Amino acid sequence: MSDVSEQVFVDQSGPDQVPYGRPLDAEVARPVSEWRRFLRIFFQRKLVVFGVAVLVVLVVVAIFAPWIATHDPYRNDMSKALRSPSSEHWLGTDSLGRDTFSRLVYGARTALIVGFGTVAVASVVGMILGLLAGFLGGWVNAIIMRVMDALMGFPMLVLALLLAAVLGAGIHNVIIALSIATLPAYTRLMCGETLSVKENEYIMAQRAMGAKSLRTMVKHILPNAFQPTLVLVTSMLGNVILAEAGLSFLGIGIKPPGVAWGSMTADGYRFLEAHPQLSFAPALCIMVVVFAFNMVGDGLRDALDPKLRGVL
Amino acid sequence: MCEAGPRGRMLEVEDLYTEFKIDQGIVHAVNGISYAVDEREIVGMVGESGCGKTVSQLSVMQLIRRPGRIAGGKVWFEGVNLLEYRPNSPEMRAIRGGKISMIFQEPMTSLNPTLTIGRQITESLELHLGMNKKEARARAIELLDQVGIPSAASRLDDYPHQFSGGMRQRVMIAIGVACEPKMVIADEPTTALDCTTQAQLLELMLATIDRCQGALVLVTHNLGVVARYAQRLYIMYAGKIVEEGRCRDIFYRPSHPYTIGLLNSVPRLDEAKGKRLVPIWGTPPNLIDPPARCAFYPRCPERTERCRVEPWPELKPVEGEGHLVRCYMREGGRGA
Repeated sequence: MSDVSEQVFVDQSGPDQVPYGRPLDAEVARPVSEWRRFLRIFFQRKLVVFGVAVLVVLVVVAIFAPWIATHDPYRNDMSKALRSPSSEHWLGTDSLGRDTFSRLVYGARTALIVGFGTVAVASVVGMILGLLAGFLGGWVNAIIMRVMDALMGFPMLVLALLLAAVLGAGIHNVIIALSIATLPAYTRLMCGETLSVKENEYIMAQRAMGAKSLRTMVKHILPNAFQPTLVLVTSMLGNVILAEAGLSFLGIGIKPPGVAWGSMTADGYRFLEAHPQLSFAPALCIMVVVFAFNMVGDGLRDALDPKLRGVL
Repeated sequence: MCEAGPRGRMLEVEDLYTEFKIDQGIVHAVNGISYAVDEREIVGMVGESGCGKTVSQLSVMQLIRRPGRIAGGKVWFEGVNLLEYRPNSPEMRAIRGGKISMIFQEPMTSLNPTLTIGRQITESLELHLGMNKKEARARAIELLDQVGIPSAASRLDDYPHQFSGGMRQRVMIAIGVACEPKMVIADEPTTALDCTTQAQLLELMLATIDRCQGALVLVTHNLGVVARYAQRLYIMYAGKIVEEGRCRDIFYRPSHPYTIGLLNSVPRLDEAKGKRLVPIWGTPPNLIDPPARCAFYPRCPERTERCRVEPWPELKPVEGEGHLVRCYMREGGRGA
């Protein structure tokens, strides 16, 4: 009786012993650069270009505020109160004699600090919580997600109002309040992504290679799951800036010596007929900036959406 | 020879039970299997989808996740019962990838799309062998070279989507043997590939594992694959081993009606042309609360009243060295 394998089964020929040659250039030619494709789709919309331009201006203004501002935004000078726009005070002065243009410039700082601070805190905490909830599952998931459900039960602004009122005014407290109010969105998004990424075979393969849970989470799940969060961050930026303006308008946001567009709008409200620019200028800033952020967020969403690949 | 289990084999699985609690009840996916693997041996695990092949292998690695759990048994590997380690303990992690590694069936999804191939190979080298980045990189190039990836050094920084399916499976093999494990579990390593690539990759896998002097457990439903390469076979059905023995005994003297059915349902070159293939009628049984009798009973062409009323028989020896079968119809008749 000869060897079984020689007689019985089909694939006797064995593998092709020709060594693998160098593949043709066409086979290894790289596809269109992902980065270029991203940029092309991203900038396809005119409004996205506008949004990016506004953001660049905003960031420049915020960083170079002391050089751009014509006056000290904090200095009261009652002798110059409520001046109309002039060559010295481009947008006039408010009821305490402070230069409105300079205050707008400094207000950009507040808006950006609160905006970026909040999304940074909320997205990092939310991603960690979502990752833990999705990866560990069980009671960890139950506790984290039920707390998030409870937070989501409140409208975002009402919750932020409540928290800001409890914590007190001030830029740190506003960031904390808005972070908590927006936290559930990030957590739920990340949890969902983690749950779906976790089912991939390469996660099992990773565990079969002896990787620790922490390593698996950070190195293998996070990079595959964070992209939707990136889009959420940009669309949240606008919302957060708007919410901060709302809190400041109601007097529980930024404390009085600090400059915020929301509180400027509220302050100018009393002089709406005589000096409309006191309210309208900061309100316009809020509107334009929020609009710009939303446009950039939309553009980013389209550019990162794999379903639109090849369409745009 | 390293320390071995109670019966002197490198890997000895004793009476392993794995079950999954789901809403409809408890699925007894692995229902008391025992098997052994020697050093440098190639062992085939054969059975239909859902018969517990993969789950039994994952249980050995303690990679069973909720709602599943290992309900009983022992896994002796080099003299230690692996099931005494907690699934995520450092000892167990050192075994996984270091001493026993696994090659999964889907090359398209078994690599992380966001990491370069190089990173995915060097990761386990750094983890298990304590290599530094430079050494690991050099070793990774060597490994990719061994599995036949052209210009390996330049492809190390490519991402998985830049590789074809066959190339990715080569990378998987490279990762599987990276730490020169004592045993590689290949879970249907070629299912996702086309036939010509399958043969190439199997040869490659065997050569690579042979080079690092490891054993191979080949999990498959493809009898052609195991016929050519395996030294011993375990035929699984419904979470139990129904027949085991040397490859040639099983192919020339299949004893269990299920094994006979499997062999009749694949084309053979040594039989007359025009002979029709005979399928095994029916589908595998539901593993939620299975009856105590032989699970193959409803599909068995040789069933008798005894098979219906009596519990599943034990594995009994039949003709051939180490040839065991779990069937009442073979008792005494062809006994060893």
